[in-house]
Amino acid sequence: MSGLQLVDIHKRFGSVAAVDNISLSVDEGTFVCLLGPSGCGKTTLLRMIAGLEDPTSGNILLQGRRLNDTPAHLRNLGMVFQSLALFPHLSVGENIAYPLRIRGKSKAACGERVRELLDMVQLPGVADRTITQLSGGQRQRIAIARALAVSPQLFLLDEPLSALDAKLREAMQVELRQLQQRLGITTIVVTHDQREAMTMSDQIVVMSNGKVEQMGAPIEAYRRPATPFVADFLGQANLIKVAAGEGGARFSGGTIPGLDVAGGEGALVSIRPEDIAVLPSETGPVKASVVFVREMGAIVEIYLDAGGERIVAHAAPKTHGDFKVGSTVSLSMPAEACVVFDGAGA
Amino acid sequence: MRRSPPQKLTDYLPIAFPAAMLGLFFVVPFAIMVAVSVFKRVPGGFYEPAFTLANYARFLSPFFGEVLVFSLFLAAFVSAICLLIGVPFTYLLTRLRRGNQVVWLIALLGVLSLSEVIIGFSWSTLLSRTAGLSNLFVWLGLMDRPQSWTPSFGAVLTGLVYQAFPYTVLVLYPAFSRLDPSLMEAARTLGSSPIRAFLNVVLPAMRTTLLATSIIVFIFALGAYLLPQILGRPQHWTLSVLVTDQAIYQSNMPFAAAMAVFLVMASLALVGLSVAISGRKGAGQ
Amino acid sequence: MTTVLTRSFFGLMALFLAMPIIVIAGVALNEKKTLAFPPQGLSADWYLSVFTDEGWRSALMNSVLVAAVAAAISVAIALPLAWFLWRRVAPWARLVEVIGFSPFILPPVITALGALSFWATTGFYGQPWTVVISHGIFFVSLPLVTITLGFATIDREIIEAGMTMGADDKTLLKTVIFPLIRPYVISGFAFAFVLSLNEYIVAYMTVGFTLETIPIKVFNALRYGYTPTMAAVSVFFILVAIAVFGLVARFGDLPKLLGAWSEGEKD
Repeated sequence: MSGLQLVDIHKRFGSVAAVDNISLSVDEGTFVCLLGPSGCGKTTLLRMIAGLEDPTSGNILLQGRRLNDTPAHLRNLGMVFQSLALFPHLSVGENIAYPLRIRGKSKAACGERVRELLDMVQLPGVADRTITQLSGGQRQRIAIARALAVSPQLFLLDEPLSALDAKLREAMQVELRQLQQRLGITTIVVTHDQREAMTMSDQIVVMSNGKVEQMGAPIEAYRRPATPFVADFLGQANLIKVAAGEGGARFSGGTIPGLDVAGGEGALVSIRPEDIAVLPSETGPVKASVVFVREMGAIVEIYLDAGGERIVAHAAPKTHGDFKVGSTVSLSMPAEACVVFDGAGA
Repeated sequence: MRRSPPQKLTDYLPIAFPAAMLGLFFVVPFAIMVAVSVFKRVPGGFYEPAFTLANYARFLSPFFGEVLVFSLFLAAFVSAICLLIGVPFTYLLTRLRRGNQVVWLIALLGVLSLSEVIIGFSWSTLLSRTAGLSNLFVWLGLMDRPQSWTPSFGAVLTGLVYQAFPYTVLVLYPAFSRLDPSLMEAARTLGSSPIRAFLNVVLPAMRTTLLATSIIVFIFALGAYLLPQILGRPQHWTLSVLVTDQAIYQSNMPFAAAMAVFLVMASLALVGLSVAISGRKGAGQ
Repeated sequence: MTTVLTRSFFGLMALFLAMPIIVIAGVALNEKKTLAFPPQGLSADWYLSVFTDEGWRSALMNSVLVAAVAAAISVAIALPLAWFLWRRVAPWARLVEVIGFSPFILPPVITALGALSFWATTGFYGQPWTVVISHGIFFVSLPLVTITLGFATIDREIIEAGMTMGADDKTLLKTVIFPLIRPYVISGFAFAFVLSLNEYIVAYMTVGFTLETIPIKVFNALRYGYTPTMAAVSVFFILVAIAVFGLVARFGDLPKLLGAWSEGEKD
């Protein structure tokens, strides 16, 4: 069943198309990330769903009902803003109770629900504190609790974790995902952090220049990127210009054996660094010299030059002693790990 | 609640009352004043409608020429002194701890709210022979006998600087408190002494603010109407004093109005200049 | 070395600003009716006379009443104007804003003379309430500055958060916007109140011959007969100003009201 549907959504600011004919549907109860670089239109799209912007054209449907003409305050959503937008003049409890109070709920009922929500976000007993007495992570949780106070049909989050430090952000990603699964609420998160999108969501929507580049399960998009942009944006990718050659795809550094490139000239191949094996032998289909070795702890990044083509490969830490800067190595680039973009992307 | 152009008639409601009040009690009075400036004075009474430029023609006398030149000179002098003291003062003020800043700001606001009457009175006392500073200097052995320093040009200047100084600091305060401290730190790490860094880095960065402030303070000083009377001799009277004098004591409203209109023109030209300066600054940022 | 220089500079300026106040505070302590300084003999009578002397007490009452109502008028004009400017996209409304600022930027004599011409033309010249209106207009700039600043500090996302939680315009106004700008409204009122209390020329040109406010009475005393009461009342007014601004600072962020970044906000 389809929870939220966007049909041919278009949004112009002056002569600039911020969102350019986007159609997508989000299943009930799923967690979707809108992912893309800044200025790709993801926040504008989210704001149109929330009713904070009007689409220039197109329809927004929630459970089959057209939402375009419903003002924001009647859409029954929960939204967490990038700045969190907690009311500075209200206490923590009053913030969470705000959507309940303006719906005319009694003080007692509000108090009960606030306790429940604070338990849910694991911050019991902070109801009487002021917002300024909370840490960044705590504020984050209060904003989430407030957005969920009225059990909304749709849970929207705009870069919700961007203000947190790396460690806390990782923890909150897990927590947010668990919370969403427990409540089964349809959730849309805007983020520019591809790791965040990969780890949290059921579906990711990769956007660029107001258009959807790819929509699908994160691992699917990672393994089978639809466009060079997606390949490059999701994690690291080596994008190599290739041409059809004898026994495989040829490029300046050698041949990728068994890879069939139909388009002839101008095709682009994407291969992930972890799929490239670096071998100490000096013979092989692809030869390269080591330019730089970057020790990352869990893995080692090896920067290589293969006939003028810059290639990054990952290796296990214990093997990196074999690869001195300047030494010549051979690369194994399995054809099945390659994604070919014919002509168009190059 | 999105920011949007007003559509329905009721959307205009909030601005109706402010516009009506300001229109009726500021724009209309202003217009009347302009009208009065071309009216004819009726001796012993107020004025009668007419169209005469005689009131303006009176400016052309050497007397008013001198008053005008003196007014502008005095205002420029006050503005220069206030900036000279106010700029380093404000800079240092914004580097204080916030609590100390608050104390200073309260004090400055307190002085700023003092009426000219009180400032004039206290400085005339301070500069007098009987009760003034000179007695203190005699007591300290710095002077032989007490002296009267008022009325004099120096007294007028002191009083005006006293009045305009808090205003200068408060006008400079926002820009200085938003000045990036790393600018100064960068200059220091590059080998400038604090004073050189202030002169070579902070002041040039604040150029437009300083120019706009000097004009604002200039207009403020131009508006002083009591201090020249209390602390000065008649030759130290400014245009503002003459306007008051003509309106109240000489009962010559048309002439007072004509001078006021002239004062507005001069001020507006300067305001326009300062807006143009700060506008260019805004565009540059 | 630098700190010593800085300290002495601040000390010197403090002395410069405080000197006149010390003098008038001292003058008011004179035992006899003289403006001698240092005071000859000590007496608190002049300070008490502000409240016991019929003339001074009524001038004080007049001043406070005028200032309170005038400040209320200033706020009543500035608040809806600032609200409209914040809420609506209407470039022409900037003109009204500029008119609101003009009386304060132009030399005060202009406003005073305009008021005099206006009240004389309409036949109300000398009526006690005219000064209240003219002061209300004269000081619109102060609440206009503070309230406009108040609106500017409201994060648009806060309003949007309210909307997504189900608040309509009226509810937002009541539950979010007004509580957030209230301190700015109060400080705008306080600024206008204190300045009106001390204002001389507009008061003088509108009701100078019919209603005595404190500044008018002090000026008259200065011209027609010195009395230490005028010094005492000046000291009293300075204390009022300091108390009011102190309260503003206590319950609000004074540096921010005057244009600094708010506390903690750095870049």
